[in-house]
Amino acid sequence: MSGRRLVVNAIARVEGEGRLHLVVRDGRVERAELNIYEPPRFFEALLRGRAYTEPPDITSRICGICPVAYQTSACNALEAACGVELSGPLADLRRLLYCGEWISSHALHIHLLHAPDFLGFPDVISLAKEHREIVERGLALKKTGNALMELLGGRAIHPVNMRVGGFYSVPARADLAPMAERLRGALDQAREVVRWVSGFDFPDFELPHAFLAASEPGRYPIDRGTVRTSTGLAFPAAEFPEHVVETQVPHSTALHARLDGRHYLTGPLARYSLNSALLGPAAREAVADAGLGPQCRNPFRSIVVRAVEVVYAVEEALRLIERYERPDRPCVEVTPRAGTGHGVSEAPRGLLYHRYTLDDAGLVTAAAIVPPTSQNQAAIEDDLCRMASARLDLDDAGLAALCERVIRNHDPCISCATHFLDLTVTRR
Amino acid sequence: MDTPTLAVWKFASCDGCQLTLLDCEDELLALAGRVRIAYFTEASSTMLPGPYDVSLVEGSITTPEDERRIQEVREQSRVLVTIGACATSGGIQALRNFGDVAEFASAVYASPQYISTLATSTPISAHVPVDFELRGCPIDRRQLLDTLCAFLAGRKPDLPDTSVCTECKRRGLTCVMVADGTPCLGPVTQAGCGAICPSYRRGCFGCFGPMAKPNTQALLPILRTCGMAEDEIGRVFATFNAAAPAFAVVSQETGR
Repeated sequence: MSGRRLVVNAIARVEGEGRLHLVVRDGRVERAELNIYEPPRFFEALLRGRAYTEPPDITSRICGICPVAYQTSACNALEAACGVELSGPLADLRRLLYCGEWISSHALHIHLLHAPDFLGFPDVISLAKEHREIVERGLALKKTGNALMELLGGRAIHPVNMRVGGFYSVPARADLAPMAERLRGALDQAREVVRWVSGFDFPDFELPHAFLAASEPGRYPIDRGTVRTSTGLAFPAAEFPEHVVETQVPHSTALHARLDGRHYLTGPLARYSLNSALLGPAAREAVADAGLGPQCRNPFRSIVVRAVEVVYAVEEALRLIERYERPDRPCVEVTPRAGTGHGVSEAPRGLLYHRYTLDDAGLVTAAAIVPPTSQNQAAIEDDLCRMASARLDLDDAGLAALCERVIRNHDPCISCATHFLDLTVTRR
Repeated sequence: MDTPTLAVWKFASCDGCQLTLLDCEDELLALAGRVRIAYFTEASSTMLPGPYDVSLVEGSITTPEDERRIQEVREQSRVLVTIGACATSGGIQALRNFGDVAEFASAVYASPQYISTLATSTPISAHVPVDFELRGCPIDRRQLLDTLCAFLAGRKPDLPDTSVCTECKRRGLTCVMVADGTPCLGPVTQAGCGAICPSYRRGCFGCFGPMAKPNTQALLPILRTCGMAEDEIGRVFATFNAAAPAFAVVSQETGR
């Protein structure tokens, strides 16, 4: 039987630029390559020689969709290198800012990027022609997330207020009151979104991947934590390089990560499946409404998990605002010292790891960043092989559309993934 | 009447500036009623062929393929507007222009031979004529809407090219440099953000790039008085608009 070759040149409704290459031979998918052609920007190289205060702002420019994740993982790593850990209201404010990014990024993916797939529209504009109220509700929710980031960070894309050790300025309790009012309205909207997306038709598909997510005692992981996997591993961020190894493949400017030699998945499915018992009461109610079990292995249902996480981010934001007392100072003193620090946090699309080595003047001598999409690339390619093998009856256009959906299930951030890892470099 | 068409293009960048268009939550649906979004891969699976009335271009030129692609985009676009620091000055990735890109590639990739890249990151205007440039890392949402409305109405946008200081004063903010001794690039940076950083008691770090005729030489002694060492001054001018000539001169002179 002759071979069949399918190329999707520009994958739509994802952040960044990717191409898909599928090779079918003798009735089975021989190879699925997610080809990331996003130009490399060499962040780890240009961070060398910068002061320990600079990586949060510089690395946020890796991704305009999840800048708070970059700023937070960078701060976590640099504070660890300097022997500082935030606590009390400063730690709460960082988590609160991060809730804003979860609300905004998930609302964007659910409504603008993912839902059109389930309802047969090419984009949100067409979707809005038939379901205007639903789109307006989604945009309102997204706007609330952005408003929270603007309040605490100054702006929603590349916020300016976070720094190593805390913030440049912190709000008074009264400044947060109007935001709480707004979040109470958002909680109802978020619950309605869960009901809406849980009524979609989901293809039957269970993925076999190992899951990896951050973990924190007693609460759902967002802004920090240690690392846990569904294979039973639990380790601090500092041991991440011992378990996760990245390799370069010729077809991509993104590196592929492996967990003890196997591909694995990070992101909402992993986070939820490893931590669903730690959701708050409103999110748990939404889970029951949606009929989700304690784990979710169907990547098409990730839209429901994201909607549940929006409910959680809103209720968590309300809880943090409720107990907030303005700290005496907007940041703690961080004195640089020679050494290496590791930091993780849960970006909307999965665990984001940073590592920095500082010299005794506080300059960066080496940096490594492992974004979620590099970690997920091998798992996404595996999903593509399985899903495409099962549906080779489709014509090329149908198969291409299905493959794009399989990719969008994971909300890949291709801009992020084009930044590489595995460097142990000494400063020139 | 023909509905004008809008296209959005991405080169080397973080997606943040095109995301600004999707962050116009209150205006997005109204805008979609006024223009036809003909090409915007981040937002739509529909990709209509050109020509396009207005193209928004994000990102800088860093690969041989993109050098070719920007020519095509220009040919297909009646009006070409660059959005953000990458497209107008080369972005943070233009730090390679002052280093050795081969060394950068081998520092990041185990097999740099698979990586196709140019030695420099250059703005769109270095390759094709540009009709209008929007500054910022990221751009400002209101400036983006003003600019789109202007081109739809057939006029040129009217945006300030004065300094961040003018916006800071207009907001009635206390000067962080005078009051706190906090180094601030506001006096030499183009307005447009609304003086966000000083409103958070932080000094401006120049993400909108140099204003028209910036007097950087007059600012340097004040930065030194605020306690900045030469290498720190070099670094603060070498960030998101590192290759903008007025900033590059300072970062090179202060010995980065």
